[in-house]
Amino acid sequence: MSGQLATALRTAPAPRLVPYVTGGITANWTDYLLAYQDSGADAVEVGLPFSDPMLDGATLQQASDRALARGTRLDGVLADLAAVRDRLTVPVVVMTYANPVVRLGVVEFCRRLAEAGASGLIVPDVPVDELGSLESVAAVAGIDLVLLAAPSTSAGRLREICARSRGFVYAVSTMGVTGERTALDDGALTLASRAREASDLPVLLGFGVSTPAQAARACRAADGVVVASALMRKVLEGAGPDRLARIVADFRAAMDRAA
Amino acid sequence: MTGVHLTAPSVASTAPPTSRMAEPATGGRFGDHGGRFVPESLVAACAEVERTFREAWSDATFRQRLDRLRTVYAGRPTALTPAPNLSAELGLTVLLKREDLTHTGSHKINNVLGQALLAHRMGRTRLLAETGAGQHGVAAATAAALLGLDATVFMGERDMERQELNVFRMTMLGAQVIPVRSGSRTLKDACNEVLRHWVATVDDAYYCAGSVMGPHPYPWMVREFQRVIGEEARAQCAAELPAAVPTHVVACVGGGSNAAGTFAGFVDTDAQLVGVEAAGGAAMTDGAVGVVHGYRSRVLQDADGQVAEAHSIAPGLDYPGVGPEHAHLGDIRRARYVTVTDDEVVAALRRLARTEGILCALESAHAIAWVLRAAGTAELPSGSTVLITVSGRGDKDMPALMAAGR
Ligand SMILES: Cc1ncc(COP(=O)(O)O)c(C=O)c1O
Repeated sequence: MSGQLATALRTAPAPRLVPYVTGGITANWTDYLLAYQDSGADAVEVGLPFSDPMLDGATLQQASDRALARGTRLDGVLADLAAVRDRLTVPVVVMTYANPVVRLGVVEFCRRLAEAGASGLIVPDVPVDELGSLESVAAVAGIDLVLLAAPSTSAGRLREICARSRGFVYAVSTMGVTGERTALDDGALTLASRAREASDLPVLLGFGVSTPAQAARACRAADGVVVASALMRKVLEGAGPDRLARIVADFRAAMDRAA
Repeated sequence: MTGVHLTAPSVASTAPPTSRMAEPATGGRFGDHGGRFVPESLVAACAEVERTFREAWSDATFRQRLDRLRTVYAGRPTALTPAPNLSAELGLTVLLKREDLTHTGSHKINNVLGQALLAHRMGRTRLLAETGAGQHGVAAATAAALLGLDATVFMGERDMERQELNVFRMTMLGAQVIPVRSGSRTLKDACNEVLRHWVATVDDAYYCAGSVMGPHPYPWMVREFQRVIGEEARAQCAAELPAAVPTHVVACVGGGSNAAGTFAGFVDTDAQLVGVEAAGGAAMTDGAVGVVHGYRSRVLQDADGQVAEAHSIAPGLDYPGVGPEHAHLGDIRRARYVTVTDDEVVAALRRLARTEGILCALESAHAIAWVLRAAGTAELPSGSTVLITVSGRGDKDMPALMAAGR
């Protein structure tokens, strides 16, 4: 029913923290993953840079553009990941859009992810109705396919999403794209509670979780958070892995205090 | 399982190779193409558009309102103009379906009148649109002004520079034009940006897609709103031609809406359907199967699945994707897709202007250019009867042609 991602998140003792980095954003980008791990991440998310990231706000668009401008290719990101897999004990979740998956072919794509040591996959522009073969192919490859739920998701759809998601349920905190926000929408907590009632899996809130305080608040209703734009803004500003390690440690501490 | 399909092949793909251009299969499938590849946060909004369109399309009052606007506002039916001089030169019988004569000067008005009425029916107060050349943006701004809606038009910063006149027209019509600075700063990025904006505004805004692209129901719905081109032309051809139906039906293809509307009127005949793409934006010829802007179809892209930029002298054809129904019509060989170069297009624009006194849009000149090239060959033998859709008028293109010293 599920792989390494599911096991790691289910057995985590405290609120789950999943920080994000855009693959290929810098030459040493996998050092960010190791820094996140050292600062208490329960899993790490790696975004594959894409030409048309339609669900991303300005920060992650810019990160994607910068990675592509460096000449980042899928092969390179996966090779880099494979090179750190021995030192990464936390599971890696890959985030990508549908087009690269279709271009490579679902089977080949999942095989390559697994080969590089990834254990989860998020494809935000493939809703539950469009999963097709991806669902079974990912399962066979040992990849937990994480599905997203949104504030606009009906009760019926939420049940289906929760039943078919693997690893965790990704609750999208806001009707909008990724990006930092001054406050967490109230709708975020409502959605997390609804998803928790509908699912046995951990429910993680993401999109716009911007500060340790917001993360702590999110954990009143959710089992954890995904943090992306707040971290990538720092990376874009030139902050290195050490600096990011301290920021992630602040998230970790605030969430643990609230638990 | 081949592994190239993200979705299980639908029943339609194993059905006999015919298409009536009727309703798509469940989920908005045209064979293996189409679908609704949007974030979960947009699924409910797309479903609401689909539901409302289905109701409206079988509601006589809605149809009457649309018909009346087409007549008294847009200037329909548009003429079917025989082209006697060009016909004599080419040894063909050429008939032109004159969408250039509509209000705002292109077929885009057919689509926006339908969608603006739909937005109104749904109680939305604002139209969101993307635009490349500005023709769809102008049409959307026009329909919004007429129906008392606000219009927000997303346009790539580079396109805004190339199409200053249309930016000004939109502003005159009261629309807000938002420059898109992400990615390549052209139409494909405007398509991403309008969807990003829609996710956050679904409660008061309606997304008004400019072509037969986007998530279900847009490719189907926009084709239905454009079907009027083909239906009128079918009846007009019956009156004009001894054989009632032309041997060839030709239209330019960007996203593919004027072609889809035209083809819909002739798909059940023996006429050969020919879609003409820009050589630098030929998703049907050079694209690989992929997913962009909410639908599965052919897309210009590299081996990693990074979407490529299109390059055409005609801004309305500068788009790396193509409507999913065209990908299907191509798969089943009911339509052919060909390409012409920028140079052929400029020559064709000039030739039509000088022989018939019709100055057409650069986009439309793609269809003319193919006919000029193919006339008298096995592809288009002497004596053929050819219907060409002139999707728009050329005024918008004169500044660029002047600047290019053409
Ligand atoms: C005059 C004209 N023709 C054709 C097109 C291409 O669109 P479609 O392929 O949807 O008809 C455009 C798009 O801007 C246009 O302005």
